[in-house]
Amino acid sequence: MDNIGIKEAILAVITLNEHQPASGVPVFYAKDERERDKIALYLSKILSAMVHDLENGTYIIVRH
Amino acid sequence: MSKYLAVVAVGIIMGVTARLHMLRVDYRQYPSYPQGYLIHLSLGLIAAFLGAVAVPALISKEYTAVTFLALAAQQFREIRDMERKSLENIEDTELVPRGSAYIEDIAKAFESRNYLAILTALFSSLVLQLSDNIPAAILTGIAAIIVLSMMTRRKKIKDIAVIRPAKIRFENSLLCVENIMVMNVGYPDSRKIIEEQGLAVMIEPKDDNARATLSSIGQRQAIVHDAASLLGVKRDVTDVDFMPLARLDIETGRVGVIIVPMERDIESLIEAVKRVPVLESSRRKPLESFAGKQAED
Repeated sequence: MDNIGIKEAILAVITLNEHQPASGVPVFYAKDERERDKIALYLSKILSAMVHDLENGTYIIVRH
Repeated sequence: MSKYLAVVAVGIIMGVTARLHMLRVDYRQYPSYPQGYLIHLSLGLIAAFLGAVAVPALISKEYTAVTFLALAAQQFREIRDMERKSLENIEDTELVPRGSAYIEDIAKAFESRNYLAILTALFSSLVLQLSDNIPAAILTGIAAIIVLSMMTRRKKIKDIAVIRPAKIRFENSLLCVENIMVMNVGYPDSRKIIEEQGLAVMIEPKDDNARATLSSIGQRQAIVHDAASLLGVKRDVTDVDFMPLARLDIETGRVGVIIVPMERDIESLIEAVKRVPVLESSRRKPLESFAGKQAED
């Protein structure tokens, strides 16, 4: 199972959408795009994970 | 005993030469640590010794001595285990892992090289015993080394595919190599770095056999690992965005490789990919079978 299998996990959600409910996964609300990018960078470095853009104002941090 | 001294000595020398020759060939797979060299040379010496004494043992009717060859084979299986374990142990410390298929292939190569030493020693001592001619025995040894290493030579990617430079582009946050979607890169600065500093190549399989081989995950990981170890890779543990990747175009069987290298030189990248060995465990030959041949058209 070294090379294949489901090991991805969403570690955090960073969003501009304040109606995004928090459930199960930590959600970080950002007030603008700059803050969102900054939180995403910090979290990805802290968690050694990757930032993915869902292109609806929401980023997710995923461990691969 | 002294009458066999020359036979055994020539056998051992040729066997060790065979092992040494294969160590030299090994520039990429071998970490080239002095300890590693010593380990493999010593084991090669033992292998050569076993091969060299087989003929004198047979002649002096010591048939039990020959059964030691069987024992030797058992021992050399351990070498495979040893290589596999040590490579697996350092796998976590590699920025770009080799992948288990590549490790298995390297381990197999190390085992087979000891058999090469045994066989070379055996042939050259046999010739010396029969002909009593040292130059002839040495020539036999050299011929054995050449023939055996040709037999065990693996194909390279350039034999099964055409490699050419490819374009990196972004569809919003989706990183693509031409028409192959590779991954979603969310962080805008990472996208900029990949666009500016990244390199991509396209590997186009020459036939359906090559296509099946290239679709193996292990083979693709080996390509990525070799490219990254030869060109360097601009990432540390936390920079997941710059992990080099090889992704398949399911429609055509082409493989797009993307890497953010230390040395941004497309020619070297193509050369590195060309020289990646085709892994034994990934090699597929659907065209050799009836069903595969039928499915081709």
